[in-house]
Amino acid sequence: MWRDVVLVAERDLRIELRSRVATNQVAPFALLVLILFAFALDPDTGVLRTAAPGLYWVVVLFSGVLAVARSGSLDDTDGIRDALRLSGLPPAALFLGKALALAAQLLALELVLIGAVAVLYDAPLAGFPLLVATCLAATVAVAATGVLYSALVAGLRVRDTLLPLLLLPVLAPVLIGATKAFEAAFGAEHIGGWDWCGLVVLFAVVYLAAGHRVYGALMEG
Amino acid sequence: MELVVHFRAAVALLGRFPALAGIDLDVAQGQIVLLRGPNGAGKTTLLRACAGLVPVVDGVAEVLGADVRRQPRAVRGRVGLLGHSTGLYDDLTVAENVRFWGRAARADAADMAAALRLLGLDGRLRDVAVGGLSAGQRRRTSLACLLARRPQLWLLDEPHAGMDAAARDQVDALMHQAVGQGATVLFSSHELDRATSLADRVVEITGGVALPEPAPAPASAPAPAPEKVVVDVA
Repeated sequence: MWRDVVLVAERDLRIELRSRVATNQVAPFALLVLILFAFALDPDTGVLRTAAPGLYWVVVLFSGVLAVARSGSLDDTDGIRDALRLSGLPPAALFLGKALALAAQLLALELVLIGAVAVLYDAPLAGFPLLVATCLAATVAVAATGVLYSALVAGLRVRDTLLPLLLLPVLAPVLIGATKAFEAAFGAEHIGGWDWCGLVVLFAVVYLAAGHRVYGALMEG
Repeated sequence: MELVVHFRAAVALLGRFPALAGIDLDVAQGQIVLLRGPNGAGKTTLLRACAGLVPVVDGVAEVLGADVRRQPRAVRGRVGLLGHSTGLYDDLTVAENVRFWGRAARADAADMAAALRLLGLDGRLRDVAVGGLSAGQRRRTSLACLLARRPQLWLLDEPHAGMDAAARDQVDALMHQAVGQGATVLFSSHELDRATSLADRVVEITGGVALPEPAPAPASAPAPAPEKVVVDVA
């Protein structure tokens, strides 16, 4: 099955490299929102520094929804869903392959945004093991949930507007857990950062398992 | 001879509309069978039902020995469907599309290269993004993807549509080649002269049911043998 996972992930990343939607649209959008937050809150970096973890993850989720929608649309045009159903590829491999490709794009985006938060918000980047672990867990969580929900709305005429409406509330635990973990890593709060990171890991595992299990049924729907 | 498609009183719904209203159809291995009928007769639904993409809700529906009514997924991977849409990724090149669908079906590199060559896609077009192709070239790319997969049952919905004369000849040759390799072809077409001469049998469909096929002509008045078109595509 892993051969098929790599095949699907490679296909999505190749398409992304060709179309450059992530680099030319999603990443600039994310940076723009970070800058707008800076305008809206306070020129005094104290407020921004305090709010940096939450703002960072809000921006990651908003721009992540764009990336998820783009990923879902690749398989939702010109008979591709039918072709995939007839291809013989295991649905679990399709799910994991798409999640892997999406996770790679999200990780790259998060790396850019971390740099931007450090520069724009003067955020004190520290606690790197916790930062990296949280980023990895949240990325897997967003990617797995995103691929699952984009399959759920596939084929609907209102899929583009329905997807964020369904996805963002579901991802609220990721937003809370990752924000708290970042606050702990930045030293802003004396809370159990690893416990919050553990919550995000649990969320990621649950959605990975759910996607592995039900993606085939969603494709049939 | 072994039956590849065996439908008895099969019913398939599109929404609440019975697109197949108790159809009977038998197709033996190695046959080329033309489905003929007016728009909305149920030809496309029948082809999709054979692929396990449209649920059969009543009757008997067996394809390649699998019960597609109860286990529609059992037949997938062994059939190839060329529908009205192409099933191609616009941002990938012709060769990348063939490679992706071929590798998904465990095809070997030689089969993929042969598919590109047979459909005249191994030259300049090979590295062109599918989004930049004409409708006929996209259709040929879809056929190349299908050919690389070597399905046991070819389901072709108006395979000649949008193609020029040379490409239509290539399609005919491909069908004969597929049958020569042990596959079976079920196709629909509105190009009746070409399609009828290509087919071993013609099944008339209207209102979601198949009309009885005409009895063979009596021995005293033999019908002329169907003209066969042999095309050298090398």
